[in-house]
Amino acid sequence: MSAAAQITLAVVALGITFWVVRLVGLRRLRSKYALLWLVITVPLVPLAVFPAIVDEAGKFFGVNYAPALLFSLSSLLLLGIVIHYSWELSRLESRTRRLGEEIALLNARLDDAERADDGEGET
Amino acid sequence: MSAVAVIPAFNEEAPLGDVLAEIAEIDGLVPVVVDDGSSDGTAGVARNAGVACVRLPFNLGVGGAVRTGLRWALDHGAETVVIIDADGQHDPADVAALLAAIDAGAGLAIGSRFAADAGDYAVGATRRRAMRILNRLVRTTTGFAATDATSGFRAMSRPVVEYLACEYPVEYLADTVEVIILVRRAGHEVVEVPVSMRERAGGVPSARRFRLAFNFLRLLVGIAGGVLVGRRDGGRP
Ligand SMILES: Nc1nc2c(ncn2[C@@H]2O[C@H](COP(=O)(O)OP(=O)(O)OP(=O)(O)O)[C@@H](O)[C@H]2O)c(=O)[nH]1
Ligand SMILES: [Mg+2]
Repeated sequence: MSAAAQITLAVVALGITFWVVRLVGLRRLRSKYALLWLVITVPLVPLAVFPAIVDEAGKFFGVNYAPALLFSLSSLLLLGIVIHYSWELSRLESRTRRLGEEIALLNARLDDAERADDGEGET
Repeated sequence: MSAVAVIPAFNEEAPLGDVLAEIAEIDGLVPVVVDDGSSDGTAGVARNAGVACVRLPFNLGVGGAVRTGLRWALDHGAETVVIIDADGQHDPADVAALLAAIDAGAGLAIGSRFAADAGDYAVGATRRRAMRILNRLVRTTTGFAATDATSGFRAMSRPVVEYLACEYPVEYLADTVEVIILVRRAGHEVVEVPVSMRERAGGVPSARRFRLAFNFLRLLVGIAGGVLVGRRDGGRP
């Protein structure tokens, strides 16, 4: 990897890390999601500085084209994140449905209560 | 209404009755149970005791339940709020000392089971170590020498309740530890009051300690975010 590529990767990884942490501080991002992204960006920094790590890992796993290891790893991580999102979405969906039901039932109870009040007034 | 006792409860039908009976003995303290989506008879126990019960439609976690309770307290004109666990671990006899600290001018008073003259309380080695790390975290970020940063037994003044009702971090650990940091940074005084905590009187202890590492990292990210933003805009909360 060229020095320029190394520096670019390190700067981008650090930049995203700071941006994500800052979003948490501004309360625009929940810390659990931030953690998800930091798991990816933080290890990128040492990788950018010492690209030899990738080659060593390639040798260890017996992969002849070491960067392929990096690609598979990152797609796996991204896949994991996307699956996690569908899980969160499903949870959110069922919660919004619950909230809708809850409000409808509360409205019905309110109507009942108001009707009972009116009834009392007339007698 | 002067003081409200917020009691977060998640499946605590067994110990809740006794806790409410003890709290009823305290003059001028209005209890509210926040039923955090329990699947047992928690809400029924509160209703039978004639205590206000806010029922959440689903489980929001301790932090979410407390936050709901704080908003109820504001709606009902509370001057001070004390948070008491529903599992009987917090001794209502200590409420007076917590409220006295608030009357003396503190914004947040934390009941510490490890303060110099607190009662004995046994915790597992791992948990104790984690607690020590969290105390140190609070000390290095705020200068406040916490001895029990994760204690949920607390009292707060109305200004702090107003601040926290919209800022309260709902994640586990953040709901106790980060709150201290937020309150300090918002310029309020934080003090500790020695209390004696008891074994839980029934119900199931939380298994949350198994997720401690994840929660710890999450807390660190949250605090780091606060520090980063705080510095950028000149220490404003
Ligand atoms: N575990 C748990 N407790 C909740 C929740 N929502 C509200 N609570 C209440 O929050 C209070 C504190 O919870 P505990 O599980 O006792 O937490 P703890 O005292 O730190 O831990 P233990 O030593 O296991 O008792 C209790 O009154 C619970 O009923 C929730 O989602 N999970
Ligand atoms: Mg407890």
